[in-house]
Amino acid sequence: MHLRTFKQRCSAKAVAVGLATFAAFGLSACSGPFPQSTLDPVSGFSNDLADLYSTIFWWAVFVFVVVEALLVYAVIRYRARPGQEGEPRHVHGHTALEIAWTLAPAVILVFIAVPTIQTIFKVDGTPDEGALEIEVIGHQWWWEFKYPEYGIVTANELHVPVGRPVAFTMTSADVIHSFWLPRLGGKRDVIQGRTTRLALTPDSVGEYMGQCAEYCGSSHANMRARAFVETQADFEAWVERQLTNPPPIDSLDGLVQRGAQVFTSIREPANHSCIVCHRIEGLSYGAIGPNLTHVGSRTTIAGGILPNTADGLRRWLRDPPGEKPGEMLGRSMPKIDLTEEEIDALVAYLQSLR
Amino acid sequence: MATSVVEHVPAAAAENRSGIWSWITTTDHKRIGILYGVTAFVFFLLGGLEALIIRAQLASPNNTLVDADTYNQLFTMHGTTMIFLAVMPLSAAFFNYIIPLQIGARDVAFPRLNAFSYWVFLFGGLFINSSFLFGAAPDGGWFGYANLTSKAYSPGLNIDFWVLGLQILGIASLAAGFNFVVTIVNMRAPGMRLMRMPVFTWMSLVTQFIVITAFPVITIALVFLMFDRFFGTNFYNAAAGGDLLLWQHLFWLFGHPEVYILILPTMGMVSEVLPTFSRKPLFGYAVVVYSGVLIAIMGWGVWSHHMFATGLGPIADSVFGATTMLIAIPTGVKIFNWIATMWGGRIELKTPMLFAIGFIAMFIIGGLSGVMHSSPPSDLQQTDTYFVVAHIHYVLVGGAIMGIFAAVYYWWPKVFGKMLHEGMGKAHWFFMLLGMNLSFFPMHFIGLLGMPRRIYTYDTALGLDTMNLVASIGAFILGASFLIFIYNVLWTRKNGQIAGKNPWNAATLEWAISSPPPVYNFSVLPTVSSRLPLWTENGVSEIPDVPPEPVHVPGGTVWPIMTATGILAVATGAIMHTLWIVVAGSLFVVFSIYRWAFEPFEV
Amino acid sequence: MTHAVAHHTSTGLDNRKLAFWLFIGSECLLFGSLIATYLVYEGRSVAGPTTHEILNIPLTSISTFDLLMSSLAMVLALAAVARGDRLWSRVWLATTALLGLVFLGFQAYEFTHFVHEGLTLQVNLFGSTFFVLTGFHGGHVFVGVVWLVTLLIRSLQGKLGPDKALNVEIAGLYWHFVDAVWIVIFTVVYLIQRQ
Repeated sequence: MHLRTFKQRCSAKAVAVGLATFAAFGLSACSGPFPQSTLDPVSGFSNDLADLYSTIFWWAVFVFVVVEALLVYAVIRYRARPGQEGEPRHVHGHTALEIAWTLAPAVILVFIAVPTIQTIFKVDGTPDEGALEIEVIGHQWWWEFKYPEYGIVTANELHVPVGRPVAFTMTSADVIHSFWLPRLGGKRDVIQGRTTRLALTPDSVGEYMGQCAEYCGSSHANMRARAFVETQADFEAWVERQLTNPPPIDSLDGLVQRGAQVFTSIREPANHSCIVCHRIEGLSYGAIGPNLTHVGSRTTIAGGILPNTADGLRRWLRDPPGEKPGEMLGRSMPKIDLTEEEIDALVAYLQSLR
Repeated sequence: MATSVVEHVPAAAAENRSGIWSWITTTDHKRIGILYGVTAFVFFLLGGLEALIIRAQLASPNNTLVDADTYNQLFTMHGTTMIFLAVMPLSAAFFNYIIPLQIGARDVAFPRLNAFSYWVFLFGGLFINSSFLFGAAPDGGWFGYANLTSKAYSPGLNIDFWVLGLQILGIASLAAGFNFVVTIVNMRAPGMRLMRMPVFTWMSLVTQFIVITAFPVITIALVFLMFDRFFGTNFYNAAAGGDLLLWQHLFWLFGHPEVYILILPTMGMVSEVLPTFSRKPLFGYAVVVYSGVLIAIMGWGVWSHHMFATGLGPIADSVFGATTMLIAIPTGVKIFNWIATMWGGRIELKTPMLFAIGFIAMFIIGGLSGVMHSSPPSDLQQTDTYFVVAHIHYVLVGGAIMGIFAAVYYWWPKVFGKMLHEGMGKAHWFFMLLGMNLSFFPMHFIGLLGMPRRIYTYDTALGLDTMNLVASIGAFILGASFLIFIYNVLWTRKNGQIAGKNPWNAATLEWAISSPPPVYNFSVLPTVSSRLPLWTENGVSEIPDVPPEPVHVPGGTVWPIMTATGILAVATGAIMHTLWIVVAGSLFVVFSIYRWAFEPFEV
Repeated sequence: MTHAVAHHTSTGLDNRKLAFWLFIGSECLLFGSLIATYLVYEGRSVAGPTTHEILNIPLTSISTFDLLMSSLAMVLALAAVARGDRLWSRVWLATTALLGLVFLGFQAYEFTHFVHEGLTLQVNLFGSTFFVLTGFHGGHVFVGVVWLVTLLIRSLQGKLGPDKALNVEIAGLYWHFVDAVWIVIFTVVYLIQRQ
């Protein structure tokens, strides 16, 4: 097809642009894996959402193709050609057409509305029988998880047994956050003064990432979460470890004991002392920062942005505001004056708290 | 009865029309329209610059181009600027310039109030942007959710600038709202029945009704926030028993109608351009008008679709999901009527038409992603992610901005008497289309693959590095397209082809007079007998080149800008927590209003 | 206030009157938002004085009556201006303004008394919603009083003849609206107190 006129070349250019755009993102999109994908569900809840999305998506594709095709066709077919004489016929309207293209979208919407409402009631957060209850509390900028059934308090990561329903009961200690682990389910805001709920049953063993999805201040981007869906045996083992208190400080030795001493030391100013903000069973009872009783058992620290390795711990302890900006009126972790020796000791101690 | 008469001869009228003072004291809707347009375009570039820095930061994971606090200020100001300082006033530029011409009036109902609206808008924009000088630009998002915005969690001046700035801008919008409703309802030329008005004027009328009903709600939401921050009240204090969702309900009761304020005028602009360049009338005029009215009314019933993740409960979710889906129907109807307008026509693909067609094509995409959001469970995976960013930019950039540029290229000859360069216009369109699709289409995927909004950085583990890079490249191409437009404007000043009265051979009244129009618009007020006056035999009475009788043109006055200055002083005193400045500013406002009320001024 | 002649309009309504009705429509949403917030927060205060303990219905009934009478005075003022009755224009304008000031006086007393009893803006939700709602209303009354005094002065200057009746009519619209809002507030806040 020889493209002679400028306008034909324009249309072809537009189509080429469109294809190039799709190709560009298409190729870039094909490089998985995508650990926070909403299209790779691992629970009944996220499956229901993905199915519903799929229904709506294909209707949208249908409407898109039909309407854009009509538009493109009209532009090409009715383009002014050189040498055309006279004015086109003035048509002011057509009642039957108006009715038709009012009813057609309405009918399509019914096909979207019905599964929508069905799904709304199915996933409304009512907990299932025998659900594992987990309390979620959003803080600036970390997630706190409590298991009332067991008396466990932890942060950043939660463990659940595969196949058992989970009931999340959620609130916030400060501003509005949103709890979101995409592969496990949709998000739910956590709001101070209110209780919100999610209910889901994970169906695949694995490690699933998520992060806060409601802008909550300076380090909103740094407020991450992780869920470990495990076999029943692994889960029970985890529970048992979480319920085992750490050994008393005088039974420790070497660098680990030195670390416990640094942890319990009173510093200047007073709120730079670890015990003021953090809780370790048998040792300290601070209630501002995360519970560190079993911090050594977690894969990440600092709200999920650093790996729980000696290196990660050192980076964090050297300069918390540098890693995680947002001075929050004495509520976020300040930069504490620690020597490298003290940091090494703390790292050893924290890693021992499994 | 005494009437002061100004000679219609341009030379005499011109004595007060040159120099900066004449612009500062102008009450001429055409000058005010140009002021709005230039000012809004500058803010548009500023908002665009903010976007480019955002995209540069997000072009790679764990980037350190800007720090978290700077980024959070940038995305907050990008949204606030684009909505309140760019799109709304760009539309206002056209309300001002074009509506009186389209209805056969000499000016708006309240010319001084009109000038006042402009100056308050300018001062509000300057006030809120002055925050950058203090390193305290608003950083709570353009939607400012409580309780992040409370004094406890945002102790600095940032949110104070935001609250006070928006209140100032609200005054400007409300005043203009009253002005334009009265103008359109009350000042139409003989024969210009409501159902003969151009669709742009109709959509503008509907929009102003939304403004005057929606802005009071955000005013109260902001009053509550201001009182909490300044006086320690408890409106958004959960510990005192307050409900943080109160902010969201009040804000979105305003916020959703606001998006129709953003889009309806541009739908009106497109509805003018399509018939002109298809050489046939708008298909289904009455349906297009009524669907606009319906959208405005139904737009009041959907607000909680912004709150699907807050746990409203299945019944509220179902209701708002349903109302949101329903509003797709009148929107779709408009699109079909536009396509039917082109169908069977003789389409000239001039620059305004290209932008109008681009509007339709892009708005279809934005509208469809909107339908995806309308389903609450589906939305639980989409809300607060880049999927929404994709949706809003398809409707606002692909929709509103493209519509505005269709209007810019369409009405430029009327306003400035010269034709913008056609080739450069087409290049602008091409790169804008390319850039915006390259930038915003991947964002659908970025969102579905798990990247939330409003994050200053992301980890490479998400697997979204390349897509983000592509989106950033697209943004820069989009930005560059506007450089073509700027160059076109400068080139046209020197070299532009002179436009006659009606270079596009269009049908509506504004094309019956010279380009640019004389200061009094119409030498005699025309009588109209058709919806398409210039396309109908005897559709409009003859408009002589020279007025047969002297036409009174109101002079300039300084009191609108003085009153606006007083308002700026009040806001400045408030942010400085200095009572005497607030009091002095208030007294100056009262003083200026009295001078305004009692000066001799005839419309 | 400056036009000698009313221009021809498409609806026959004066531009200023139409504009003012639109403004009143807008104000309905302003007060509607304030009243809705008051209702949503009713009964949710966790501390501090609440409605039952502190609101004085008999006293507020008097001030309500006072405001209603001021609307009557306003009607009479407009009638006087329209028929060119200079003396009674001034009497009724002054009366309206005075009754408005009396209402504000009652409100000032009420506010200071409540603060003494421990109800402040900050103490609880009721303090915040009550004072902001009634305070905004009081602010509107104050603006109305200033407007009326301005008209009174114009009348005393001999510049408020029947040709200016529209100005007085619009001031009257404002005044009656503010009165109507008070009726709603009085009913919702004072008379219908939920548990």
